[in-house]
Amino acid sequence: MTILFRRTRALEAQIDQFLDAVSEGCLVFEQGIDDYLRHDEASFEERRKAIGIFEARADELRREVETRLYAESLIPDHRGDVLGLLENLDNVIDQAKRTLGQFEVERPDVPEDLAADYLALARACTQSTQHLVNACRAFFREITAVRSHIHKVYFFEKEADRLADSLKRKVFAKDLELARKIHLRYFCLHVETLSDRAEEVADRLAIYTIKRTI
Amino acid sequence: MSWIYLTSGLFLGWSLGANDAANLFGTAVGTKMLRFRTAALVGSVFVVIGAVAGAHGTSKTLGRLGAIDAPAGAFMVALAAALAVVLLLTKSGLPVSITQAIVGAIVGWNLFTGRPTDLKTLGQLVSSWLISPLLSALIAAALFGATRAFLRRLKVHLLEVDAWTRGALVAAGAFGAFSLGQNDIANVMGVFVRVSPFPETTRFGPFGATSVEMLFLLGGIAIAVGICTYSHRVMLRLGSGLTSLSPLGALIVVLAAATVLFVFGSPDLQRLVKACHLPGWPLLPVSATQAVVGAILGISVVRRSGIRTKVLGQIALGWLVAPVAALGIALVGLFVLQNVFELPVSAAPKPAATAGAVAGTPVS
Repeated sequence: MTILFRRTRALEAQIDQFLDAVSEGCLVFEQGIDDYLRHDEASFEERRKAIGIFEARADELRREVETRLYAESLIPDHRGDVLGLLENLDNVIDQAKRTLGQFEVERPDVPEDLAADYLALARACTQSTQHLVNACRAFFREITAVRSHIHKVYFFEKEADRLADSLKRKVFAKDLELARKIHLRYFCLHVETLSDRAEEVADRLAIYTIKRTI
Repeated sequence: MSWIYLTSGLFLGWSLGANDAANLFGTAVGTKMLRFRTAALVGSVFVVIGAVAGAHGTSKTLGRLGAIDAPAGAFMVALAAALAVVLLLTKSGLPVSITQAIVGAIVGWNLFTGRPTDLKTLGQLVSSWLISPLLSALIAAALFGATRAFLRRLKVHLLEVDAWTRGALVAAGAFGAFSLGQNDIANVMGVFVRVSPFPETTRFGPFGATSVEMLFLLGGIAIAVGICTYSHRVMLRLGSGLTSLSPLGALIVVLAAATVLFVFGSPDLQRLVKACHLPGWPLLPVSATQAVVGAILGISVVRRSGIRTKVLGQIALGWLVAPVAALGIALVGLFVLQNVFELPVSAAPKPAATAGAVAGTPVS
C-alpha cells in the first residue's frame, strides 16, 4: 500500500509545500511593509529577498505539480481546476513580491501618522491571503470546510477595501503636495491589490468546489 | 455444418461485447480514469472466466422460454437478435440490450414454430427489465451516499481519492466483467445449448470441459473480441451522454451494475441463500445496459443533478425497439431459412395450426 501511494503522497507534499510558500510569502509581505514603515532598512531588505525566494520556490513547485498531474494523468476531472487554482495562487505571491519591490524602488514618503493605516491595510490583505490558502488546503482534503474559509477571504477583502478607502481620504485631506498625495494613493492601491487577487482566486475556488461534489 | 450455425452466436457475442460490456466500463473510460486498453484487457479476461465458471443458471431460464432444438433455428434466433442490435441501434451509437433482443427473437421462434411460450418465464424476464434497473438505482444511491459520508468524515486528499478510485475501478470492472460473463453468456450461447456441436467432453491435457462449457468459452471469447474491437465508441457515449459523472460516481455505477448482474446470475449465491433458508429468486439474464442506466439514475437522484432526458428517452426507446425488431427479423429469417433454403428450423414438424399459435398458447 505504501508503494502504491508513495508517488501520490510525494505530489501531495509538493502541493502542501506550494501552499506553504504562498502563505509564508504573504506573511513576509506584511512584515516587509511593517519594516518599511518603521524605517528598518536592513530588515526590509531581508524581507524583500525572502519573498523573492518564496515566490521562486512557489513557481518551481507549481511547474513540477502541473507537469506531474499531466504526465501521470492524475485527477482527470479536476486537473484543469487544480492547475487554474495553482496558477492564480501564484499570482497572489507575485503581487506581494511586486508590491514590496515597488516600495523598494519608489520609496514612498509615508507620513508618520498614516503608517498605522498602511500597516492595518497590509494586515487585512495578508489575512485574506491566509484564509485563501486555508480554503485551498480544504479543497484538497475537506471540501465542506472550503466555504467557511472563502467567506473569511471575502470578509477581509471588504475590510481591506474599507481601510484603503479611509486611507485615501486621509491622504487627500492632508496638506501635502499633489504629487506626494498621488504617490501615496498609488501605494495604497498596490497594497490593496493583494486582497483583490485573493478574492479572484476565492471566486474561482467557489466554482471548483461546487464542481467537486463527490 | 453445425459449426457454421454458431457464427450467428459469435456475432451476437461480439455485439454484446461492443454494447452491454462497454456499458460497464463506459463511465470509467468516459471520465478518463481508465485507459480503454486497460478496460478492454480486464473486461476480456474476466468476461471469459465468468462465462465458463458459472453461467448455467441463466441459460436454463432462456431454455424454458424457448427450447430451440434445431441448429438452423438457433442460428436464426441469435442472428435476429444480433441484427436487431447491430443494424438498428449500434450504428446510432445508443447503448442497447442484447437481453431484450434475444428474448424477442426466441418468442419469434416460438411463434413461427408454433411452440408455446412459457408465460411465467417471459413474465419473469420482462419484470427483470424493470426490477434490475430499479435495484441497480437503489444500490448505487446507497453506495453513493455512504461513499460521500465516508470521504467527508475521513478527509481524504483529492489525490488519494483519485488513486484509490483507479485501483477500485479495475477491481470493480473485473467483478463487473465476471458477472456479465456469468449472467449474459446465456443470451449469446443459450439458444445453442441443445444443439451444441462440441463433443460431450473435450480434453485439454488433464482438464476436461463439457459441451456447454466449450460453447460458453467460445461465446466468452466472442464477447471479449467485441469489447476489444468496437466498444470504445459506446463507452464514450454512455460515459458522457446521460449525465456528467465523477470518477467515484463511475466506480459506484460499475459496482451497482455488477452486483445486480451477479445477484441475478450466480448459482453459488442462489445456493447460499437457499442454505440460509431465505427466499430465493429466479436466475435471469438481465441487461447490463439497464443496470448501468439504473445506477446512473440512482446517483443523479441522490445528487439532485439533472438528467439529459432526451438521451434517457432515446435509450428507453431502444429498449422497446430491440425486442420487437428482433422478433420481426426472426420471423422473416426463419421463414426464409425454412422455405428458401429448406432448412429445418425446429426438430418437430411444424404443426398445421401455426398461424393460430400465439405466445403462451400450447399447441402440442
